[in-house]
Amino acid sequence: MTYIDPHIHMVSRTTDDYRRMALAGCTAITEPAFWAGFDRSSPQGFFDYYRQLTQTEPARAAQYGIKHHCWLCVNPKEAEDAGFAREVMSLLPEFLEESNVLGIGEIGLNKNSRNEMAILEEHLAFAEDRDQLVLVHTPHLEDKRKGTLLIMDAIANTRLKPDRVLIDHVEEHTVADVLDRGFWAGMTLYPETKCTPQRAADIIEVFGTERLWMNSAGDWGDSDPLAVPKAIVELRRRGHSPETIRKATLENPKTFLGQSPRFDPGDA
Amino acid sequence: MAEPRNPNPMSRTDVVDAYFLEHRAKLLDIAAFLDRVDRADHGADEPEDFRITSMRNALQVLDDGQGERARRVLELMSDATTDLVDTAPGKGACGTPPPSTDNGA
Repeated sequence: MTYIDPHIHMVSRTTDDYRRMALAGCTAITEPAFWAGFDRSSPQGFFDYYRQLTQTEPARAAQYGIKHHCWLCVNPKEAEDAGFAREVMSLLPEFLEESNVLGIGEIGLNKNSRNEMAILEEHLAFAEDRDQLVLVHTPHLEDKRKGTLLIMDAIANTRLKPDRVLIDHVEEHTVADVLDRGFWAGMTLYPETKCTPQRAADIIEVFGTERLWMNSAGDWGDSDPLAVPKAIVELRRRGHSPETIRKATLENPKTFLGQSPRFDPGDA
Repeated sequence: MAEPRNPNPMSRTDVVDAYFLEHRAKLLDIAAFLDRVDRADHGADEPEDFRITSMRNALQVLDDGQGERARRVLELMSDATTDLVDTAPGKGACGTPPPSTDNGA
């Protein structure tokens, strides 16, 4: 079964991972700009990172027949220094012209601070002015529910349409609010700190598959680039139909991402 | 709880057959973890770590006879305040609100 992993950080993964993903049926990925596990010391560090996202990774993915796309922003973990974040944001217009950029992301909150919110609001205004799709990071663990609600309120203060915004990393305590407010919702499959494939399957059973997708968010930490195919196996094991599985892992990403004319699902 | 939109096609017995041993092992992991915490060296007047208190509270939810346990455990382990904080206290999260958080409880 072919699938799309709509959130994975391939700059942190090996070429072997591209190979294994291709073998498992992955035809396309999208890679949001994120925190690399350390704070970059200058805007130039971000310039190089954006080059990696827009030039190096598409070429690496293409060797395995995978279409690579990305999202650009200053992630919330590096937004506490608002002056620095604004310097980096000044690089965005130039890179937004690159052919694999789908929109702004992953923006959001991390510790729900005032500076994080200020930079989030500036990213939202940037996306609004340029009619960009938006991919949102929601905070971790104890900060997630509060941050998710604050983020949705901030988006409601813009002209951005909810069906052009995906709120990622939902879990059982946030998914209903996200869907009820008309946003797309992403479930991230992590071994410990977000959803497991089993819990993602449970959420699909309870909430259905409308405006809901899943991703691995594979990165430099404890994560699994094959998490989406493992969730497919879990849904199949329970007896869910191929249509249900295909919608959650292929058709929904195609529908949301297809709002950008730059999105190419590959051989899916 | 609302009716599931995509009901699990498995029967209740099928679900238990498929998942019981895996979750029995996870239950034993929690039991062994709490034993490990008890055995660990600590000061005589040292209060219980807030994360263990939170876990004990969450364990009550598992057996209270009500549904939506995952959602309720996550909410129990969530910051219930609503205001932005002045500055981010680092980048990480510890899994349940620390005592410094006025959680409205």
